[in-house]
Amino acid sequence: MSTVTTHVTKTRRNTELVLLAFAIGIVLLAYANVGMAVQDTVPADLGTLGIGIGVLALVFHLVLRWRAAYADPLLLPIATLLNGLGLVMIHRIDLAKGEDISEGFALRQLEWSALASIAAMVLLVLIKDHRLLSRYTFTLGLTGLGLLLLPLLPVIGKNVNGSRIWIGFGGFNLQPGEIAKITLTIFFAAYLVQTRDALSLVGRRVLGFPLPRARDLGPIMIAWLASLGVLVFQKDLGSSLLFFGLFVAMLYVATERRAWIAIGLTLFAVGTVVAWKLFAHLQERVTLWLDPFAPGQSDQIAKGLMGMAAGGMFGTGLGQGRPEETYYANSDFIMTSFGEELGLIGVMALLVLYALIVERGLRTGIGARDGFGKLLATGLAFSLALQVFVVVGGVTRVIPLTGLTTPFMSAGGSSLLANWVIVALLLRISDQARRPDVQESGNASIGQDETQVVKVR
Amino acid sequence: MSELTVTAIRLGLLALLWAFVFSVVGVLRGDLYGTRVLARRGSGGSSTPSRQEERRAPRAIRRGPTHLAVTEGSLRGTTVPLTDAGVLIGRNPECALVLSDDFASGRHARIYRRDDGWYVDDLGSTNGTFAGNQRVGQEFKLDVGSRLRIGQTVLELRK
Repeated sequence: MSTVTTHVTKTRRNTELVLLAFAIGIVLLAYANVGMAVQDTVPADLGTLGIGIGVLALVFHLVLRWRAAYADPLLLPIATLLNGLGLVMIHRIDLAKGEDISEGFALRQLEWSALASIAAMVLLVLIKDHRLLSRYTFTLGLTGLGLLLLPLLPVIGKNVNGSRIWIGFGGFNLQPGEIAKITLTIFFAAYLVQTRDALSLVGRRVLGFPLPRARDLGPIMIAWLASLGVLVFQKDLGSSLLFFGLFVAMLYVATERRAWIAIGLTLFAVGTVVAWKLFAHLQERVTLWLDPFAPGQSDQIAKGLMGMAAGGMFGTGLGQGRPEETYYANSDFIMTSFGEELGLIGVMALLVLYALIVERGLRTGIGARDGFGKLLATGLAFSLALQVFVVVGGVTRVIPLTGLTTPFMSAGGSSLLANWVIVALLLRISDQARRPDVQESGNASIGQDETQVVKVR
Repeated sequence: MSELTVTAIRLGLLALLWAFVFSVVGVLRGDLYGTRVLARRGSGGSSTPSRQEERRAPRAIRRGPTHLAVTEGSLRGTTVPLTDAGVLIGRNPECALVLSDDFASGRHARIYRRDDGWYVDDLGSTNGTFAGNQRVGQEFKLDVGSRLRIGQTVLELRK
C-alpha cells in the first residue's frame, strides 16, 4: 500500500540560509588562503569582512522571507559565492601588484557589491509583481536606447581602450550598456508577448520561411538595428554579439519557430564577415585567436593560456601563481586567473555554478504562469549564459576574444549592479512561479466566499 | 605558515567548492518529481506473503498489467503498483491512490484481481467512472492499455 500526494511547494528559505552560510564560509576560506599564501598570516580583517558580508547576505535573505517567500532558494547563494570569489581574486591581484586593500580595486569592488545587492533588495521590495514592468514596455525600450546612446555624447562619454562605452562624471564611471541590456530584455519580452501570435501566424512565406508582417516586426527591428548600430559605432563587439543572440533567442522562444534560428545564424554569419572586412581591430582579434603565440602582437591571450597551463588540474593555489602577469587579470581575464590558481577542477566548479544559475532562470521561465514572466526569465537567463560563453570562450580560445565582463566576478561596478538586478528580477519571477495557487491552498470553495472587490492595479 | 597547511587549505577549498555544487544539485532534485509516493507503515510485513502469492498467480495475471499510471489530471505521471489487495481509488486518504480531483468521490472505484484478469467496480460514485464513453458499473474487465476516466483524471493500466 502506498499513498500518493501532490508535491507541496515549500518555500525552502531554510535551505537558502544554510547554502548562504556555506557560500560565505567558502569565500572566507579563500580569503584566508590568499592571506596565508601571500603574507604568511591569516588576514587581520577576516572577521570584520566575514561579519560585513554575512550581515549583507542575511539582510537579503530576510528581505526574501519578507517579500518573496517562495523565490528560488538557489539563486542568492550561488550569486553570493561567485561575487565573493571574484572579490577574493581581485584582492589577490591587488596584493600581487603591491597594493593594500585600501588602495586597490578590491575595496571599490566590495563597495559596489554592497551597493548592487542593496539595489537588488530595493527592487524586490518596490516591485511586488514583475508584470508591473510590462506596463512600461516602450518607456523601458526607449530608456534602453537612451542608455546605449549616452556614451556617444560629447562631455560625459569616455573612450576607454578603443571602445566608447563608458560615461563618467566626477570620477564616477559607469557602463550604461549593462543596464540597457536589462531594460531592452524587458522591452523585448513585453513586446513579443503582445505580438507573438501575429508574428508566428500572420504573414507570407518567402522561400519556404514564414515571414511576419512589417508592422508587427517594425518596432523590434528598429530597436534591434539601433542597438546594433550604436554598438558598432562604439566598437564594442562583445555587447553587440550579446544583444543579437539575446534578440534571436527571445524571438525563437516567443514564436516557437525554428526559422528564426536559421535566419539569425545567417544574419550573424553575414554580419561577422562584413564586420571583419570593415574593422581593423576585429581582424586583429581574429588573427590573435588563430595564432595567439605569433610574435609582434598582443600577448594577452597567450599569457592567459600559459597561466592556465601552469595551473594544470589542481591549480597552484590561491596566492601562489602569477596571474597578475596577464593584463586585465581582474576583469576580462579573471577566468584565466582562476584557471591558474584553482586549476581545471576549480574552473569547472565555477562554470557549473554559472550553468546552475542559468538552469534556475530557465526553470523559472518554465514555471512562470504568465507569458511575460516566461519570456523575461528565459531572456535574462539566456543573456547570462551567452555572456559567460562569450567571455570564457574568448579567453580559452574557443571563439575570438571580445570584451565582455564575467558576470558577478569581473572588477567593475556597472556589471555587478546589472547582474544583481538580473538576480532580483529572477527571484521576483520565481516567487510568482513557485507560489502555490490560491485555489489549492484555500479549502473553502469559491461559492462560499463573500463577494469581494478585486484590486486590479 | 607551513607549506602543509597552505596545501591542505588549497585542496580543501576545491573540495568545498564541489561540495557546494553537489549540495545545490541535491536541492535541485526536488524539481524533478511532481508527486511523491510514500510506503505505508506495515507494508513491509505483508510484502513477503504477497510475493509468494504472485509466484502462484495464474498465467492471465502474470501476463496482464502490473501497474496503474495516471496520464491526465493533477497527479499526472504517478504510477501505483497493482497489488493483490486491489487498488482503491478516491479522494479519501485511506485510498491507495488518493486523487485531489474535485469530481471524484471519497471512495470512487476499486480495481481488483480475479483469476482471469483485472476488474474495476464503481463504488457508487457521484460522477461515475468511464471507460471510453461507457459508464462503468460492476465487474468491468480491464486489459493492458485500458483507460479509465474519473473526473478530470485519466488512468491507464500498464505492464
